[in-house]
Amino acid sequence: MKLGFSKAEEEFRAEAADWLQGQMAGEFKDIKGITTLTEKAERRKEWEQQLAAHKWSCIGWPVEWGGRGASLAEQVIFAEEYARAGVPGRVNHIGIELAGPTILTFGTEEQKQRFLPGIAAGTTIFCQGFSEPNAGSDLGNVRTKARLDGDEWVVNGQKIWTSLAHISDWIFVVARSGEGSKGPKGLTFLMMDMHQPGIEIRPIEQINGDAEFNETFFDDARCPADSLIGTEGEGWRVAMGLLAFERGVSTLGQQMAFRNELDAIIAAAKDNGKANNPLIRQRIAKAEIGLRLMRYGALRMLSNTDHSAIDGAALTYKIQWATWRRGLGELAMDVLGQAGEIASGDAYEWDVLPNLFLYSRADTIYGGTNQIQRNQIAERGLGLPREPRGDK
Amino acid sequence: MEFAFTEEQAMIAETARDFFRENATSERTRKAMAGEGIDRELWQAFGAELGLAGLTVPEEHGGSGLGMVELAIIAEAAGSQVSAIPLLGHAMACAAIGAGGSDEAKAAWLPRLAAGEAICAIASTHSTLEADGDKLTGTIQCVPHGAVADLLLVAAPKGMWLVETAAKGVSIEGHTTMDQTRPLATVMLDGAAATPLAQSFDVTMAAWSAGWIVLAAEALGGAQETLERTVAYSLDRVQFGRQIGSFQAYKHRLADMMIEIEQARSAVYWAACAVDEGSDEAQMALHAAKSFCADTFFMCAGNMIQLHGGIGFTWEHDAHLFFKRARSIQTMLMDGEFHREQVARMVLGEAA
Repeated sequence: MKLGFSKAEEEFRAEAADWLQGQMAGEFKDIKGITTLTEKAERRKEWEQQLAAHKWSCIGWPVEWGGRGASLAEQVIFAEEYARAGVPGRVNHIGIELAGPTILTFGTEEQKQRFLPGIAAGTTIFCQGFSEPNAGSDLGNVRTKARLDGDEWVVNGQKIWTSLAHISDWIFVVARSGEGSKGPKGLTFLMMDMHQPGIEIRPIEQINGDAEFNETFFDDARCPADSLIGTEGEGWRVAMGLLAFERGVSTLGQQMAFRNELDAIIAAAKDNGKANNPLIRQRIAKAEIGLRLMRYGALRMLSNTDHSAIDGAALTYKIQWATWRRGLGELAMDVLGQAGEIASGDAYEWDVLPNLFLYSRADTIYGGTNQIQRNQIAERGLGLPREPRGDK
Repeated sequence: MEFAFTEEQAMIAETARDFFRENATSERTRKAMAGEGIDRELWQAFGAELGLAGLTVPEEHGGSGLGMVELAIIAEAAGSQVSAIPLLGHAMACAAIGAGGSDEAKAAWLPRLAAGEAICAIASTHSTLEADGDKLTGTIQCVPHGAVADLLLVAAPKGMWLVETAAKGVSIEGHTTMDQTRPLATVMLDGAAATPLAQSFDVTMAAWSAGWIVLAAEALGGAQETLERTVAYSLDRVQFGRQIGSFQAYKHRLADMMIEIEQARSAVYWAACAVDEGSDEAQMALHAAKSFCADTFFMCAGNMIQLHGGIGFTWEHDAHLFFKRARSIQTMLMDGEFHREQVARMVLGEAA
């Protein structure tokens, strides 16, 4: 058991930190410190290309596909330095962390050549088409239909909660191709070009006034027959494989963003005197401890090579961070007091901490609600009986 | 960076787990509870047969020279069965004497501690303790396993001392204690002969580090065990024609236990690694681990009683052993508020 990094890894850290901080002080200083995913989207697409041009875009990918074949430790280090430098979140997170690894794992050689260079170069932005109005927690209940029409798939239906659909170029869609099929069977995983008349996007206004999520409508939308990843009817297996990638090193970068948020709360508490309140001090300490434990939980998860065993750290990670961050939002408001309830300007727009308070209510919902997380932990982690279904 | 057990560590874990499962049975622990609060045979076997008492003692003094990670591994296993052994004072004494004992003190005590022959208790809770040369006078409260100790590690404001309980001027009164697996005693010193350890922050910290790690790891092991036993019960017990573990209200409470336990596991091994590697995060990690793991264990042990229903409230069932141990760990070697306040000072930039 060892926590420290090697000398070579520390040198890699210095190199990454140096480049990232240089960018945030120079050409891209206008995007430094942005905490939402929607602000200055066009500049952030340019930032994706800048990362790619300097080989920092997808360092964990194999070298032949534009990555660096970086080790786990190096990926951890880069994710940490990325957020430490105040660089905003990746608008192509879905492409780099989900679509790319899925194509690398399940795609054909031809599909790799078709999709990977664009993702690696930061010119193809991806979004994810899984959830539907009637397939949220019950993800297998997908109703969007795909049927083969000659050499094209024709897709009809609706996706919802599509994060960043409005700035994306491509979407991967799980659609029902098996006539009369139900549940996880009969689904197909398709890659679709967003720039076509059959796809319409409507933004969903959120409780914080922002609109990161969208409804995505498919009305005879089309893609070539060879756009499916894996085989027809096996989309569920591909989708589940994809979701496993989500617990990757990006979590470490996410934590560094949390670090910045907690630091902002600490600074505010020192500034307005709340740091002298013993109850607030205890809560700040609890938040700090929770964040540290998140880091070491992620490192345990990443160090785990026995993939046959149940990985408790991985299974509990989502609910842990989401619940922690929701608490952080509440702590932020208790530190700010009523001043935190006044918007930054005339518009319904919020500074970092009040926005954290509002936005974090989504954290315990998207990607599996806390309720569903608890079911999964109990069933997969502890071997308790599965929830009965009402439709069987 | 490799935050997982080495093969050797995994082996120690398996050995320790099997040993305590097999030997620290409910029956034996209850016998100890009815007596002096110590299972001497278990401690003997732990020290002599398994050779684990010398785990952190340097090899030249008859130990294995291993670190805090290995100590955490065995404390986790011991805690999982609420075993009535004096591991806490033992680990603190090994650390303190190793770090700050004179050659003479090391030669006198480390081999005996490594063989499991001498029992040491930590004596740290006092309001008045006076040193006159090498003699100590004062009363020390709440000394865990104090009534069965051969040696006391006395933590005084001016450094740490060793006091033999057989020495003149030492009297000890054992108390009936809520957690009968680690009973508390009052120690009265009246000009008792004491051997000072080197006065330095490092010596004091070596002792506290070992103590906090033992308690945090015990709490982790105990919490994990309450979860496993409650899961087993929930699959066995049927009401309304269903296993009670199939009810969501029940499942979600067990899931909450696992969520906390996974974090507690990260906390224990983060702290142990940080101390072993001399990381500058060590202090924070220790305060985090002690406070977080104690709270986790208490929450889990409380849930164990609740989720077992009436049987969980009976003396016959073992749930109360875990519950009472959890309660005692919460306060032992400073409570959660103290540890979190230390963390708050660090993050608010007020630490000395």
